[in-house]
Amino acid sequence: MTTDAKIRVSDLRLSYGTREVLHGISFDVPRNQIFGIIGPAQSGKTSLLRCINRTVDFAADARVTGGVWVDGENVLKVRNVHDLRRKIGMVAPLPVGLPLSIYDNVAFAPRAAGERSRSHLDGLVERCLRQAALWDEVKDRLDSLGTKLSGGQQQRLTIARALSHQPEVLCLDEFSIAIDPVTTMRIEDVLKELQREMTIILVTNLVQQARRLAARTLFLWNGEIVELDRSEVIFSAAPGNRKTYEYVNGIFG
Amino acid sequence: MFTETPFVRTKLRQERVAQTVFGLMALAMIVPLLLIIGYLVVRAWPLLSWDFLVTNPTQGMRQGGIWSALLGTIYLVGISLCLSAPIGVLAAVYLNEYAKDNWFRRIINLAVVNLAGVPSIVHALFGLGAFVLFAGLGRSILAASLTLAIMTLPVIIASTKESLASVPMSFREACWNVGATRWQTIRRIVLPNSVSGILTGVILQVSRSAGETAPIMFTGAVFFKKLTEGNLLAYSLKDQCMALSMHLYTVTTQVTNAPKALPFAIAVVLLGTVLLVNTLSIALRVYLRSRKKW
Repeated sequence: MTTDAKIRVSDLRLSYGTREVLHGISFDVPRNQIFGIIGPAQSGKTSLLRCINRTVDFAADARVTGGVWVDGENVLKVRNVHDLRRKIGMVAPLPVGLPLSIYDNVAFAPRAAGERSRSHLDGLVERCLRQAALWDEVKDRLDSLGTKLSGGQQQRLTIARALSHQPEVLCLDEFSIAIDPVTTMRIEDVLKELQREMTIILVTNLVQQARRLAARTLFLWNGEIVELDRSEVIFSAAPGNRKTYEYVNGIFG
Repeated sequence: MFTETPFVRTKLRQERVAQTVFGLMALAMIVPLLLIIGYLVVRAWPLLSWDFLVTNPTQGMRQGGIWSALLGTIYLVGISLCLSAPIGVLAAVYLNEYAKDNWFRRIINLAVVNLAGVPSIVHALFGLGAFVLFAGLGRSILAASLTLAIMTLPVIIASTKESLASVPMSFREACWNVGATRWQTIRRIVLPNSVSGILTGVILQVSRSAGETAPIMFTGAVFFKKLTEGNLLAYSLKDQCMALSMHLYTVTTQVTNAPKALPFAIAVVLLGTVLLVNTLSIALRVYLRSRKKW
């Protein structure tokens, strides 16, 4: 176990009704690194993220046990989920531009947290859009609708929005499935920069993406951890588990 | 290439037939409407004038205008909507945005759907029992408005819920993900993007309550009531009142020797009021749609 863990998940179990989707998993996410999570569809990757920012609460029949400790605090016991979610940025698979102007899209979260100062918001919006590599494309039309942007731009807008509440952890859930390779590479560059400021959890279907970015990678399969190790090991010719080798190399799927 | 096989020819013929049939049906819907309006206006023509609107009936309703009935309808519809619209919209927001999917919510939803299908005469009897007799309001504008409100409430809830549900779930999730509360999400995203549908649903209830006779007949509407002409505040809540739909019924069935054009003129005014309100609602919807954001 690493000593400097930003997030420590211990014996996390999640079931929807009678169907258990996470079967007691435990792992540590080190601070200021990109932590990759790979695994086929239905393996529980998204459910895992939803436990971390407690949006799992919105599923009426969800039952969670175990612990998700962020900076030593069990988020499953947190009452102020809104502050928790501000601490943990979340980017969904499909880009969501809110039906607001580009500016308001990014200013939405700070405003929801009570920020009113226009000058402060101006600075924040610019910084987040720059961080998300979108500023140069939209700086002259911040008043136009976020929903009118192209898919790739909307995904970067979504990332800018996730950054706007200055999270300490950024979770990306298959952020690249709806955008083109060029934009994907640009965002990947952004993520490499961002890991200096925050801890990033990168859930991805693209095995190569995890290999490129993640320091450590977790292979999740059917709600259980198959293997967790440094990415060099996971993506090497001889990972600890044969299943990992087969999945990474596309032998089973 | 592009040869017309028998299969393709059949397909094309089916396409033409389908289009023609559907087109004719659409036409068949418009024609009766135009005929009704045309017929009513032609028959009512001799009586239609501004004076007809703003003077009271005289000579046992054989002469004069329909001011007291028009004003009564405005009172009834206005007050009932003031009661049912806020309650209905807020209840729908709760049901769609807050309520967990449990037996409580399902029962309410079931109740709403069923209440929306209850015939108006049943609402009338309920209003008579609950408001006129039990609550001791007597036959009055208030009792009749409450009855109309009870009648329109489930429909307003249903249509508002529909509009709210048309806002994509992904918007809400995006808001929750950045730490917004449910109310902030509703206030900033859900309501602004569903308000056109909500308003349309509410306004459509104007025409429904203006046209209903049964619910007000037992609870507050009368054949005749003497009233100051042109005075907008002539009725008080405890008064009984006349109403256009009731007036039409009375004049047609109870008054002998009424001018032939009179029932038609009343119908034109009733229809005109409803159409006016609907036109406003459509204009409002077009305006709000033009600002739709996705």
